[in-house]
Parts: sequence; structure tokens; C-alpha cells
Amino acid sequence: MLQQYTSVGVFLTVGALFVAVTLLVGRLLRPHNPYPEKLAPYECGEIPVGGGQVRFNIRYYIFALIFVIFDVETVFLYPWAVVFEEIGLFAFVVMMLFIGTLVEGLVYAWKKGALRWV
Amino acid sequence: MDMFTAMHNGLVQMGVPLWLANLVPPLVKSLILLLFILLNCMFLIWMERKVAGHMQRRMGPMRTGPHGIIQSLADVIKLISKEDIIPSGVDRWVFVLAPIVAFAPAFAVFMVIPFGPTLIAQDLNIALIFIAALTSFVVISFLMAGWSSNNKWSLLGAMRSTAQLISYEVPLVISVVAVALLAGSLSLQEIVEAQRQSFWYILVQPLGFLVFLTASLAELNRSPFDLSEAEQELVAGYNTEYSGMRWALLYLTEYANLITFAAIASTLFFGGWSGPVLPPVVWFLIKVYFFIFLVMWIRWTLPRIRVDQLMELGWKGLLPLSLVNLAFTGVYVLIR
Repeated sequence: MLQQYTSVGVFLTVGALFVAVTLLVGRLLRPHNPYPEKLAPYECGEIPVGGGQVRFNIRYYIFALIFVIFDVETVFLYPWAVVFEEIGLFAFVVMMLFIGTLVEGLVYAWKKGALRWV
Repeated sequence: MDMFTAMHNGLVQMGVPLWLANLVPPLVKSLILLLFILLNCMFLIWMERKVAGHMQRRMGPMRTGPHGIIQSLADVIKLISKEDIIPSGVDRWVFVLAPIVAFAPAFAVFMVIPFGPTLIAQDLNIALIFIAALTSFVVISFLMAGWSSNNKWSLLGAMRSTAQLISYEVPLVISVVAVALLAGSLSLQEIVEAQRQSFWYILVQPLGFLVFLTASLAELNRSPFDLSEAEQELVAGYNTEYSGMRWALLYLTEYANLITFAAIASTLFFGGWSGPVLPPVVWFLIKVYFFIFLVMWIRWTLPRIRVDQLMELGWKGLLPLSLVNLAFTGVYVLIR
């Protein structure tokens, strides 16, 4: 059991190391000749106006809230799907009630116009 | 795989400590898969250019090697020797870490993909959750790259990507759960096994597959959902400020994700490695390459959709459809 998750660690480490090693090897080969114009942020050739990390109207804020609700729902769906055949009809009814409650929320948000990209 | 058990036992007998011997088989497997991904991605980049070329009645790359087959190799050599520019004003740590956060999870997903009956790095009994969890990391890497770049295009691209990725993740996951419901398992190997004993799940999941395909195209930032890197308005999206090898690694991640999508689509809906006559791994690669070609075909055929259409399609189209599909699948499993 634990052996399985050793693999997860090994794979993530190898993936991260691959990126690091590639960039380090590249450092031996590539030129390094920075000057201020080259280091300026790209703004279609104009001199950049202001910083890039500006305050920003996150339009998907409401979407993100609904996403969190439905994403938590999917976490419940996985174990439900695995034991579904053992429990049968009861599992089906209960999950449909649960999804129905969430869909009601979705319909409410929809009617309120929260799902419109403005 | 027996070879790896033998390797493990041999190391233990040679007096290597057990914890170290435990690390060796996964390490070898991960290196093999890394090589597989790198070679395939190089081939896919060439293939995409050829497909795009021929669909637009031109040749694509022709000069390097027969029909430009080693064009990608030339590109890699070029990219690795290019100057690595880290612009002024970037959030340096976040900027440098973004490719790692993008690539490492995209690579680790390959661990649970079955290439054949025994040809799998490590089957997990929660493989589908594992895939969903790791593929979500791409959102974080986009936000890291976009925010740290100190560039307005990057920021806009990252924000759009985030909105798109979170909108399509829910229908994607729900369409996958419907398959888990049919197979009664989250392990990819067991899902293939269940399809071998019955039939390919596309037969009872046409709607689920349609939702899966559409949502995956959005998750991959592929046309018609490539708003985050809409060249005509956003330059290149979140990776505008990346150059040289750092950019190549982000690009590599996108192609690795493309392979992941094709592998999962063929495993969940088209029987994975199962098929007559030919060896399993050949069947698997045929299916994978078919789906990769399908995605390229769609990319060079359909125009890009608008951002408001994108959100509407996700929340008002795909999400209800995926829930309906899940309910029908539940009824089907109850009465079968």
C-alpha cells in the first residue's frame, strides 16, 4: 500500500528535477547579455505604462464560488460511484436529492443572472 | 512487472537498504515514462505542424530530414541555446517555479495510465481522483506564471484561463464519475477490465463522452477554447514573458496534457488497451494517436468562441448535461 504512494513521490520529484536539470544544463550553453530594454515587460513595443501586477476586477468571482460548491460535490461522487452497486436504490435516491439541492442553487444563480459574463 | 520485482529483490540481496531498494523500481519506471513523453511530445509538435500545414494546403516543415521529421529536434537545440530572459520587475521565485508546478504533476499523471495488461507504472485504486487532483495543478501554474510576469497580457491570459479551467472542471469530473459508476471502480486498470468483460463504454455513454471531449478541449486550452492564448488579442497569454527553455517547458506540459487526455479518453470510453489480434500496447497507442489527431483536427477546423459564450456553454450547457447523464447512468446501473 505504502509502496504505491512512494511512486507518487518519486514521480513528482523526477518531474520537478527534470525541469531544474534542463534549465541548469541550458545555463552552460546559452548566452547571458541583459540590458534594460531587453528586460522591459513586453507591451507591443511601447514603453510599459505602470506595473503589470495591477488591481484587477476578477470577473469569475461568482463562478469561483459556485465552482467550490460543485467541486466539493464531485469529491462525494467518487466514493458514491464505487459503492453504488452494493447499496443500490437507496444510494441513488440520496445522491439525487443531494445533487437536486445543489442544482436548485445553480438554478437560483442562473435566474439571478450570476452566470452571465459581464 | 516481474522485471522490476527481480530488480528489487536483487538489490535487497546485494545489501542495499530496503527503503532505497523500494525507490529504485519507481525511479526506473519514471525515467522510462519521461523518455516516452519527451519523444512523443517532439513527434506531436512536428505532427501538429504537418497536420496544420496540410489542412491549409501547404507543406509544413520540409527542410530538416525527410518531410521535416527532425524539425522538433532542431527546435530543441535552438531553444536550449537561447538566452533566458527574466524581465525586470517579475516576482522571481514564482516566475521560476511556475514551469515546475506545471510539469511535475502533468508528468506524474502518467504513472496510473495503463499501456497494457501489466504495462503500467503503478495502478492506484483511486486513480481517477489522482488524475483529477494532479491535472488541476495546471490552474495554479497558469496563475503563478501570469501574475509573476509583471505583464498585462500575461495577467489577462492567466485570469481567463482560470475562469475557463474551473468552469469546465466540474462537468469533466462528473462525466468521468459516470464511467466509474459503470465499472464500480476508480482504478483505470479495473475500468479497462470491466470493459473487456462487457463492451466499450462509449456505447452507453455517448452523451458522457461528448461532455468529456468538450470539457477536455477547454481544459487543454485548445481551440475552439484557446481564449487564454488568443494570439490576436492577448499576444500569448500567460507565457508571454517566458523565453527559451523555460517557455519550452511550459509548451512541453501542454503536449504532455494532450497525451494524458487522449490516454484517458481511450481508457475510459474506448476499452483502453483491449483489442483483437494486435498486442495491447499497439492498440493503446493507435487509440491515443487517433484522439490526438482528433484534437488537432478540431483545432484547425473550428474558429474560437467568445469568452461569454465559453462561460455560458460550461455552466448552462455542459454542467446540466453531465448531471443528466449521471442520473441516467445511475438508473441504467440499477436496472442492468
